[in-house]
Amino acid sequence: MGLGAWPSPTASRARLRRRLRKLGFALSVGVIVSPAILVFLWMLSLSLKNEIDNLAYPPVFVPSPPTLANFVQVFSENSMGLYFWNSIVVSGLATLVALAVGIPAGYGIARANAHKLTVLILIARMTPALSYLIPLFTVFQLLGLNNTLTALVITHLVITVPIVVYIMAGHFETLPRELEEAAQIDGANVWTVFRYVALPLARPGIVVGTILAFIFSWNNFVFGAVLAGRSTRTLPAAVYNVLTFEQLAWGPLAAAAIVVTLPVLLLTIVIQKEIVVGLTHGGVKGG
Amino acid sequence: MNSSALPTASRPGFLARRRRAYYFFAVPALVVVGAVIIFPWLFTVWMSAFDWRIGSVAHFVGLENYVKLATNKRFLESIVHTFYFTLLAVIFPLILGTAAALIFHREFPLRGVLRGIFTMPMMATPVAIALVWTMMFHPQQGVLNYLLSLVGLPPSLWVYSQSLVIPSLVLVEVWHWTPLVMLIVLGGLAALPTEPYESAKLDGATEWQLFRYITLPLLAPFLIVAAVIRTIDALKAFDTIYVISQGGPGTASETINLYLYLQAFAFYNVGNASAVVVVFFVIILALALVLLHVREKTKWV
Repeated sequence: MGLGAWPSPTASRARLRRRLRKLGFALSVGVIVSPAILVFLWMLSLSLKNEIDNLAYPPVFVPSPPTLANFVQVFSENSMGLYFWNSIVVSGLATLVALAVGIPAGYGIARANAHKLTVLILIARMTPALSYLIPLFTVFQLLGLNNTLTALVITHLVITVPIVVYIMAGHFETLPRELEEAAQIDGANVWTVFRYVALPLARPGIVVGTILAFIFSWNNFVFGAVLAGRSTRTLPAAVYNVLTFEQLAWGPLAAAAIVVTLPVLLLTIVIQKEIVVGLTHGGVKGG
Repeated sequence: MNSSALPTASRPGFLARRRRAYYFFAVPALVVVGAVIIFPWLFTVWMSAFDWRIGSVAHFVGLENYVKLATNKRFLESIVHTFYFTLLAVIFPLILGTAAALIFHREFPLRGVLRGIFTMPMMATPVAIALVWTMMFHPQQGVLNYLLSLVGLPPSLWVYSQSLVIPSLVLVEVWHWTPLVMLIVLGGLAALPTEPYESAKLDGATEWQLFRYITLPLLAPFLIVAAVIRTIDALKAFDTIYVISQGGPGTASETINLYLYLQAFAFYNVGNASAVVVVFFVIILALALVLLHVREKTKWV
């Protein structure tokens, strides 16, 4: 571009161009990350403001002074504590059962090369969650289980079992077989090999499977909305209920939204890298 | 297994026996999957042949539920809404997710932290996020209209408008799921070979040419995986639509899933709802297979 005889202007122009590129890149990073930050910040802002500020126009962005009254109100007037506990029980038990049946299944599938079984999981991934609900709802009606936590735990297995099986099958595939074969030659039976050789090595996979299963179960809304009664609602179903009865109370609503989603976001940090596996193949999620 | 019969691979039948033993490990899971997944599939297909509301007697009607669906205007409209929603909710996350992946593929300060923040939306509880968006969409007090006014645009009715409700819901879906596309494409970028770039750069290719003629074709398989997953998830979208618009205004955003929910759990019309499920599943399966077929083809490009 520049003339060779005048090196300094071209050099400074090149530097300027490099700076502009850097700035442009920083800007594009900002543009791509800001929607995520802004929505979460707005949620936080709503939850920390009083109702007058929340309904003000133009909007008040920074709570002054910030108040925890919305959180107090949510817990005192809406038995949020109970719903939180329900969610922990339902997602916790559904995850535990999934681990109990899913870890051995993942091992069996990996060692018997029975990959056709995972096709089942892919089909489950495609099926709308609502379609499990109709038959299960009908059966629970017959058994008198509707409105019970038991019915919810059973239904949440639809979410947790495929994820755990899929994650564990993939994880056991990556473990070397030599150790297991050596143990077998020493006379250990298949179960002993699984219990004392494979299982201890599978800990990282179990952690990922547990967290993913728990998160997807926790985030599920529609099972709780349909199957739960007043006192057995899970958090997402309960939060939706808060909306319909108190349309205009934005502060408590945002506070409730934070209570629901904060545990999930914290868990997410633990398994950032493995999330994509769960979401692409994992299993049933959403409606 | 006793120690006198030491297992060796040469022993005939040993491998087969061991294989059978491995299958036993899957039995408890198969029982559970059979009860909560396979049984509902079969039950649904069976129920779709009955005229049955919960609390009344079921009558066998054969294919009548399906015939009725074929002429049910509301159901057919819900298919159109679903396709419109899905088209937008696949294309935008694919474009934005690819752009984001190209950005996060580079080295820059705080990359790990910013990527973590960027991926947070996809794990956040959809119902909780939908509540926040409901408040943001509010035509009078909503923050979105305020942001529009800052850049000099007139206020919008967002989800309260018949024509804007689906694009508005797509906005939420894009916010939620662009990170997933980003992560899939990022995985693709990490697996790219470096040689084609080096030789193309020697030939004087521009950045855009590098992207258009090397990166994009090599990424195609990953983009299609992302498209398949986005398509399946967008077709099945429920939580955000149900919380934000309930299928309204009127039935302007009533997707197949919303229609299904009403039939099953507002009207308890189990027979009809089951037929909807079967049709819905066939649509999902067909679209997924079409995209996977495209993937087979692109391998040779």
